[in-house]
Amino acid sequence: MDFAFIIASAIKIFGFTFLVVLPLVAYSTYAERRVSAVLQDRVGPNRVGIPATLFGFKKDVKLFGLIQPLADGVKGLLKEDFTPAHVRKSFYWMAPAFTAAPAFISLCVVPFGSAVTIFGYEVKMVIADIGVGPLFIFAIASLSVYGITLAGWASNSKYPFFGGVRSCAQMISYEIALGLSLIPVLLFFGKLNLSDIVSYQAANGWLLLPFWNEGGTVIHAGYWQNSLQQWLLLLPMGISFFVFTTSIFAETNRMPFDLPECETELVGGYHTEYSSMKFALFFMGEYAAMIVGSALIVTIFFGGWSLGFGLDSALLQTAGGDWKWYAGLIHMGAFLTKTVAFIIFFIWVRWTVPRFRYDQLMKLGWVVFFELALFNIFLAALIMAAPHIGILNTFLFGIPALVVTALMMFFITKTNEVKRKAKIT
Amino acid sequence: MATVKVKRPKLYWYEHLYLPAILKGLVITLKHGLKAFRGKAQGSKDLASSGLGVTMQYPEQKWDDQLPDYYRGVPALVTDEQKRERCVSCQLCEFICPPKAITITPGEIQSDDPWAKVEKAPQAFDIDMIRCIYCGMCEEVCPEQAIFLRQDYAMTGTTRDEMVNDKNRLYKIGGVREGLVNKWNELK
Repeated sequence: MDFAFIIASAIKIFGFTFLVVLPLVAYSTYAERRVSAVLQDRVGPNRVGIPATLFGFKKDVKLFGLIQPLADGVKGLLKEDFTPAHVRKSFYWMAPAFTAAPAFISLCVVPFGSAVTIFGYEVKMVIADIGVGPLFIFAIASLSVYGITLAGWASNSKYPFFGGVRSCAQMISYEIALGLSLIPVLLFFGKLNLSDIVSYQAANGWLLLPFWNEGGTVIHAGYWQNSLQQWLLLLPMGISFFVFTTSIFAETNRMPFDLPECETELVGGYHTEYSSMKFALFFMGEYAAMIVGSALIVTIFFGGWSLGFGLDSALLQTAGGDWKWYAGLIHMGAFLTKTVAFIIFFIWVRWTVPRFRYDQLMKLGWVVFFELALFNIFLAALIMAAPHIGILNTFLFGIPALVVTALMMFFITKTNEVKRKAKIT
Repeated sequence: MATVKVKRPKLYWYEHLYLPAILKGLVITLKHGLKAFRGKAQGSKDLASSGLGVTMQYPEQKWDDQLPDYYRGVPALVTDEQKRERCVSCQLCEFICPPKAITITPGEIQSDDPWAKVEKAPQAFDIDMIRCIYCGMCEEVCPEQAIFLRQDYAMTGTTRDEMVNDKNRLYKIGGVREGLVNKWNELK
């Protein structure tokens, strides 16, 4: 391990975590409040600016309330850090860290830009360029269940406990759908390294928008060679995207699935007994998880840092196929833009879709998404295998097998449903 | 009692998917959002709001001209058109006041005063606005129509003492109220 690598990693860790993600966490809380307000014909926090009058200036600087997250942070730090007498102290103190840390750790495998060459030394814009990208994220992100469950248990009071148990059950259930929905994608790419997946998408079209490949864009004739499979694969990939995105909503305890902290039933859920910065840590963990989720969706389905539509090779590559020196910066910008767009989408959905009932949530996870993701794997596998086994075999064996699997799964889920007879007395 | 059997509506298969409904909801919220961004949120015109949403930016924008006449704001003493005190310090308001916010020190009108026949006027009249609940009992009970709840609502102060309205301040808030008052009448 050479010295330059360590320096570069340190800079990447510091820059990406403290200069990009933490401000993004802060400002996604602000965005949450502003966007929700705008969607509901309200205003939201628009007051906090730079209090210049405190320093003898005539007028305060109003920045559309952009200083609000800072004020929230200061408030969180200055508030009394109250620990109720009835809690289990060590776990009570550990829980917020357990929630916040996994989200930040899992960020390290997300590629946030293409490679940048500095002084002849190529730096990949990913903190840990490891070969098990999505698996690493699943492994680490599922640790945040512990944080929430511990918080619920250590609070030693009713509602937090309910919240913790709910979140535990919910996150474990949706992890299955999350993992299974990604298998078709991994079948398609054939590798787990997220940087490679993004590079592939930059060259061959984003997974959900395959409008260009190495032959050229849709308009050029070169595109249409062997592109039927690409188009057919849109169906399983679309299902994957849908299941994956929804499961991310559930994993991050976002709105349609935010039963662990549903105010109407559980006061505040698992963080009822927490105050000041410990509470803020839960919030940060939640939003960081949301950022990781949207970064992951962007990386896997929407080409990560690539500009897409053939623009990468047209604008940012030299004739020899190397990236120009400013390509890395533009790619970082593209990645951030896409991620922010998805964060806004998360917020938008939160303020549109009402909360599920808990049994509906479980049914959706176990009966619908689990089966859908499973079927999706077979579908994607068949489409990918079709050119190898020949058209005759595909129609003779592949499709009937697929239908049989689908029917089997359909009837298994049917038995799950208990027919209720409506009795009116 | 008549029983009404409510039938659940039969859903089509695409309605069972929920997705169309969710998409519809997303479009609705987006519409609201875009409208709010352009300063045309629903009802923002009728409510004379700040434009972004239906919310009014309070200290900058006020709705004082929309306050009804019967608005129960800060209670205050009024004088008549000749600047004569209407209050005769009968202390009815002091006794009726549910939170005991009013304190009156009754005083006598000197015999050389042209209105000596009224006999009494308040020496001091304090209303503790920390206690006041704006119920309007004082206004209702006053036989001389001397105390009214006015349109002011933003009563502020940094100390407890500041929140006590004394007689001068009460008259300043109350101002002049025209109308017949019997006690000035020579015949009565």
